[in-house]
Amino acid sequence: MTTLNSKVPEGPIEQKWSNYKSHGKLVNPANKRKLDILVVGTGLAGASAAASLGELGYNVKIFCYQDSPRRAHSIAAQGGINAAKNYQNDGDSVYRLFYDTVKGGDYRAREANVYRLAEVSNAIIDQCVAQGVPFAREYGGLLDNRSFGGAQVSRTFFARGQTGQQLLLGAYSALSRQIAKGTVKLYNRRDMLDVVLVDGKARGIIVRNLVTGEIEKYFGHAVVLCTGGYGNTYYLSTNAMGSNATPIWKAYKKGAFFGNPCFTQIHPTCIPVHGDYQSKLTLMSESLRNDGRIWVPKKKEDAEKLRNKQMKANDIPEEDRDYYLERRYPAFGNLVPRDVASRAAKERCDAGYGVGSGFAVYLDFAESIKRLGRETIEARYGNLFQMYEKIVDENGYENPMMIYPAVHYVMGGLWVDYNLMTTVPGLYALGECNFSDHGANRLGASALMQGLADGYFVLPYTIADYLADEIHTKRIPTDSKEFNETEKEVKDNIENLKSINGKQSVDTFHKKLGKIMWEYCGMGRNEAGLKKALELIPELRKDFWKDVKIPGGTDEFNPEIEKAGRVADFLELGELIVRDALNRKESCGGHFREEMQTEEGEAKRDDENFAYVAAWEFNGLNAEPVLHKEQLEFKDIKIAQRNYK
Amino acid sequence: MDLTLKIWRQKDAKSKGKFVTYQISGISPDCSFLEMLDQLNEKIISENSDPVDFAKCPVSFDHDCREGICGMCGLFINGRPHGPDEAITTCQLHMRKFKDKDTIVIEPWRSKAFPLIKDLLVDRSAFDKIIQAGGYVSVNTGGVPDANSILISKHNAELAMDAAACIGCGACVAACYNASAMLFVSAKISQLALLPQGKVEAKERVQKMVKVMDKLGFGNCSNTYACEAECPKLVNRSNIARMNREFLSAKICSEKETQQIAGV
Repeated sequence: MTTLNSKVPEGPIEQKWSNYKSHGKLVNPANKRKLDILVVGTGLAGASAAASLGELGYNVKIFCYQDSPRRAHSIAAQGGINAAKNYQNDGDSVYRLFYDTVKGGDYRAREANVYRLAEVSNAIIDQCVAQGVPFAREYGGLLDNRSFGGAQVSRTFFARGQTGQQLLLGAYSALSRQIAKGTVKLYNRRDMLDVVLVDGKARGIIVRNLVTGEIEKYFGHAVVLCTGGYGNTYYLSTNAMGSNATPIWKAYKKGAFFGNPCFTQIHPTCIPVHGDYQSKLTLMSESLRNDGRIWVPKKKEDAEKLRNKQMKANDIPEEDRDYYLERRYPAFGNLVPRDVASRAAKERCDAGYGVGSGFAVYLDFAESIKRLGRETIEARYGNLFQMYEKIVDENGYENPMMIYPAVHYVMGGLWVDYNLMTTVPGLYALGECNFSDHGANRLGASALMQGLADGYFVLPYTIADYLADEIHTKRIPTDSKEFNETEKEVKDNIENLKSINGKQSVDTFHKKLGKIMWEYCGMGRNEAGLKKALELIPELRKDFWKDVKIPGGTDEFNPEIEKAGRVADFLELGELIVRDALNRKESCGGHFREEMQTEEGEAKRDDENFAYVAAWEFNGLNAEPVLHKEQLEFKDIKIAQRNYK
Repeated sequence: MDLTLKIWRQKDAKSKGKFVTYQISGISPDCSFLEMLDQLNEKIISENSDPVDFAKCPVSFDHDCREGICGMCGLFINGRPHGPDEAITTCQLHMRKFKDKDTIVIEPWRSKAFPLIKDLLVDRSAFDKIIQAGGYVSVNTGGVPDANSILISKHNAELAMDAAACIGCGACVAACYNASAMLFVSAKISQLALLPQGKVEAKERVQKMVKVMDKLGFGNCSNTYACEAECPKLVNRSNIARMNREFLSAKICSEKETQQIAGV
């Protein structure tokens, strides 16, 4: 069994990164020009990495499946981005951001990576402001901040409810500048379908041109995956329709270990499901919990009347409302971390207090509007209220909004070392597609921070450590044996899918998989359910390969082909998620094993047996994957039961 | 709801297109427009009698986030970009805005600068090219000043944010009978012109971006403000005025100097 080497530098935690930077290997400018880097994905991590690497002088090629790099799903992040600036003079520091993030992740993240993240967070804000990102300002012209879940300081920078959009457009503008200069070449409408290994190192990728259907091959001295999360395994999620796991899944099958796949984040404030035809779920920013109060009726009979539309939320008097988060967690109230808030909503609804369809709770702004005025609330969250009204056809200012948890983010992803390199040499994973920084639960406003930290400030240093030894590697022609073999695998896979010619659409299978995942591996998980899912998923996969129907040609724009490949991979990944959840017999963060809870229903961790990263190694299609463990050490934080009371 | 859909079908850029009529029934008024098209595609797949005839294959359209922010979706519905609702993208349009038994005509964006790819899909990379011409502040990663050392009035930050809200969907171009991209271009120029970070290169930026915009085949402003009326993010036409002002002053103030830099 391989032992995982996280390559964390020696020394005290606050000096690790600066020492690394001072002593790391460098590539001189003349040699950078000779080195090709492939970046897949144009979200915050991909765009910022490609722009920064292009500025340094490397030859960069960047790929995205959308029509433009500006569409990547980072754009949909609403609330904000954390940084330890302490502009509010409220006691923030790099250490505190580090501490909050490790604690928020329920002590399942690697300390050194998280400390580095907190350390570079301030530089991100500086960088974005210099690019012209229009963050919210105070009247004196200084930057404004808001609070987010899991923190008692105000450290979140924001641009209305569109922070992800503005940060992505900032990174996109930096990327566009490099494209114009010729240091980065853009390949849009391309789906990455496999990674090419030569002598065990990542040396290229195979992509499908989505417009012509052609299979194309590209060489790189290193390959950087920035392809986002796999939340769409659950079919319904807040991810974009095209968000998929294919690049990381193919990398896994080529030898990259998969870290903590069962750590999925169910976000508490989403618009509830309203019908079978539904294609995705919409998130309402966590920032709403700053001013909105979450409640359900105290009396079951009221809840029932609300469900039957015999009564309205505003008819329920104050004393008959149960502000259950404020009741259970007085110290953090409505601002408890996401996993805690989601579970509390599920608990109330399961107990029969849910409103709407029965799977919804109220998010009420009446008190804030009374205290601050509607104008202030409108200025803070106007676009979110508008979005709610367009979807639900109800006015959130006048009636409480209805919300319910939904799959939103995955903390799991490809296992990476301190350099962000996977277990395949030369293959990197940045942003949501790696496992590294958020442990078992991500805090709000930390995803944007991580994406940009990885791309702007971490990879440009750590990739040099690898590429410094690659300056003598000549470009490998893409008609070499390894490229041709991988190309053939990709083509065969498409032909196989196409030739099934069954009766059911790709979406039908995707929906079925989603139902299994949500029911048995959602907010609450238990051994019997997980074992059941381990029977159901392979059966469904078998059905898929017997009965899927893909109309249209392979040599043209054909979304059914794209979706089929993605769902085929979700059908394999879903099984790994469940397997990991079954293995982890403890509750931590977003992973709640019903057998492991305290008397008050809180998650019960098992540090003695599970303070490790589960890194899974692919072992062939019909064999169980091999589990490797990276033991987590907590030297700079005292590990303790999370307490938000 | 039962609906009649007249949808533009075209195999590829070279083929001739046509309207194809489809019937669909049992649509919930609470479902979104794209979810209605999903259901149509499901129906087409289940009935698919000819795997090659593209009109009997699912309808292709662009979409991704389905929450109104990525800017990828964009359909011309009953003669209006993004359909009959105000301040939304196609993915946020819901069927409750239509009536039972309605006939809905669905077309792609129509503009020379946005060549058609297939069915309802167009190529909007012209927008990327305009941004590449100068829609940025020329700073490299690292070595920038502390964020709070640049003071920006709340008023200007808000105006810049209003302009920066553009999602690059192209509805402004589709709405304009001149297929003008001026609302899109002016939004980026305004955002950066309003902020001190963008002022340094403001003169070169406006000239370079306008030059590329013209070269790519977008028309001139028609002064009908259809762009503003159809913009899902309510980007204001005053941005066009600001762009024109920036353009003029860049020309007049230092014509020689900027000509050298911008190469015009």
